[in-house]
Amino acid sequence: MPDALPDALLTLAGVHTHIAQYHILQGVDLTVPRGGLTMLLGRNGAGKTTTMRTIMGLWHASAGSVTLDGRDITAAQTPDISRLGVAYVPENMAIFAGLTVRENLVLAARSGPLADDRLDWIFGLFPALKKFWALPAGNLSGGQKQMLAIARAVVEPRDLILIDEPTKGLAPAIVQALIEAVNELKATDTTILMVEQNFHMARMVGDTVAVMDDGRVVHAGAMAELAADDALQTRLLGLSMDSHQ
Amino acid sequence: MIGTLLSGDLPRSKVLSVVMVAILLGLALAPFLFPGTRALNTAATICVFIVLVASYDLLLGYTGIVSFAHTMFYGIGAYGVAIMLDRMPGSWAAIGLGVAAGLAVAVALALVIGLFSLRVQAIFFAMVTLAVASAFMILASQLSGLTGGEDGLTYRVPRVLTPAFKLFQDKLFGVRVDGRIVDYYLVFFAALALFLLMLRIVNSPFGRVLQAIRENPFRAEALGYRTVVYRTVANGLGAGMAALAGVLMALWQKYTGPDTTLSLGIMIDILLMVVIGGMGTLYGAAVGAVIFILAKNYLQGLMGAASEALAGLPLIPHLVHPDRWLLWLGILFILSVYFFPTGIVGRLRK
Repeated sequence: MPDALPDALLTLAGVHTHIAQYHILQGVDLTVPRGGLTMLLGRNGAGKTTTMRTIMGLWHASAGSVTLDGRDITAAQTPDISRLGVAYVPENMAIFAGLTVRENLVLAARSGPLADDRLDWIFGLFPALKKFWALPAGNLSGGQKQMLAIARAVVEPRDLILIDEPTKGLAPAIVQALIEAVNELKATDTTILMVEQNFHMARMVGDTVAVMDDGRVVHAGAMAELAADDALQTRLLGLSMDSHQ
Repeated sequence: MIGTLLSGDLPRSKVLSVVMVAILLGLALAPFLFPGTRALNTAATICVFIVLVASYDLLLGYTGIVSFAHTMFYGIGAYGVAIMLDRMPGSWAAIGLGVAAGLAVAVALALVIGLFSLRVQAIFFAMVTLAVASAFMILASQLSGLTGGEDGLTYRVPRVLTPAFKLFQDKLFGVRVDGRIVDYYLVFFAALALFLLMLRIVNSPFGRVLQAIRENPFRAEALGYRTVVYRTVANGLGAGMAALAGVLMALWQKYTGPDTTLSLGIMIDILLMVVIGGMGTLYGAAVGAVIFILAKNYLQGLMGAASEALAGLPLIPHLVHPDRWLLWLGILFILSVYFFPTGIVGRLRK
C-alpha cells in the first residue's frame, strides 16, 4: 500500500474492481500528488480506464479504498464525487452531440451562470469553441469535440480532473494544441490524472507517472526519470519513447 | 415577443413555420372555418392530442424514457373530472376538485413508479409501466360503482359549456356561438397554454439536463446530475400534463370510459404520432397529432369518394375501398418513417 503523502490529493489503496465475472483491477495502489499532472500509462487492457471509472464511481471497487483529500469516496455515487470537485473527461470525445457548445458548457457549470473571465480564459485555450458557440456540438470536428470535453471539465475551478486518452484519434497539429492547453491548465495548480497512449504528450506534460500492467500499478515515480531511461521504458511499456516522437 | 412566448425555441425552418402558423390559425378559427359537429370534434381532439403527444415526447424524445403508462395518466385526469361531475352534475367546483384530484393521483403515481423503477434498465421500466397500466385498466373496468365499469360515465357539464347556452343572440360570421363553441375555446386555449408551458420546460436548464441524460446518462452523472431524480421528475411532469389532457377530453366529450381513455390502442396512436412528427421536438408532436387524427377521421371518407370516382377501372377501386383504410394508414406510416427517419419536423429542420 502507498504511504499517504501529506500532499497527496487522491490515493487508491489495494483497489480491486470486477466487471461482471472479470477481475479487472487486482490491487491498484496509486497516489496522485496535489497540484501536478500524473500520467497513467500502460498497454491496452492494463486497467487504466477502469481505474479512472472506479475513481469516478462509475464502477465500484469490490475491495480496497479510494480517498480524495482525506475523504473516503470508495462507495460514493458519481454525482456526489463530481460535487466534491472532480471532473471527468472520458475517452472518445464525450460531449452531448445534440446540445450546442454553449449548452454543453452551461450544463457543466453547476455553481451558477458562466463567469465571463473564465469563459475568456477557455476561449483563449480553445478559440474554436468561441467560433462555434451556438452550433450543435455534434457538428464539431474530432479535435474540437475533445477541446469541448476538456473545456467542460475546466469551466469551473476543480480540485481534480481525470482525463482519459485526450489525443486518441487526433491529428498531430491538434495534439500540439492540446499539449499547450494542458500546460496552461497546469499553471493554474489544478491536479490532473491523465491516461495517455501518446508518449510524446506524456513526456511533454507529465510530472509524475504510474505504469499499469495486468490490473496493477507496476511502477510509480517521476516522469523525467522514465523519459530518460530507455531500458525502463522497454521493460514497462514494451517500447522506447524515442520511437514515439 | 414571439421568441419569448416560444421560449427561444423557434421552428428554425420556413416550411415548418408556415405549417405551425397554419395549424394555429386552423385550430383557432376552426368553429368558423369548418362549421359542423364532426369538424369541431376533430379540431378539439387534435388540441387534446397535441398536449398528450407533447407530454409523451417530454418522456420519450427529451428524456429517453419508454413508458406505456401514459394513457393511464390521461385516463386518471379524465376520470377525476368525470367522477366528480357524476357526483355533482354541472358544477364548476366538481371540475376544480376533479382536476386537483386527477392531477395529484397521476403525479403521485408517476413519482412512485419512477422512484422504484427508473433505476433499472429502460426495457424493465417499459415492462413495469405496461403492467401497471394494464392493471389500472382492469381496475377501472371492475370498480363500476365509481367509474361506471365498461360502460363508463356520462355526465353533465356546466351549462355554459352546453349547446343550450348562447353566448350571443346573433350569429357571428354566420355561426351561432353556443356553449359547444365556448367549450371548444376552453379546450383550445388550455391546450395552447399547456403546449407553451412544455416548450418553456424543455428549453429551461432542467430541460437541458433531460436532453443530456437522454444522450448519455453516465456523462450526465459525471457532471454531478442525479439522473434518477431528473427522470422521476420528468415522469411526474409528463404524467401531470397527460392528466390535464385527459381533463380537457372529459370536458369535451362529456363521457369517459376505459376504451376512450385507458386503452392500449390510444397508447400506440400516441407512439405513432410522436414518431411521425419527430421525437425530441414539441413541434413534431403538434404536426404528428394533426396528420394522424386527420387521417384517422377523414381517410376512410376520402377513400370512399376515390373508390366511387374510379369505379370503372379494374382493381384500383378495390385497393382504395374504404374498408382498407387501416391498411393505407399503415402504409402511410411506413412511408413516413422511411422518408423521414427523424420525423417530419426533424427533416424540415435539417
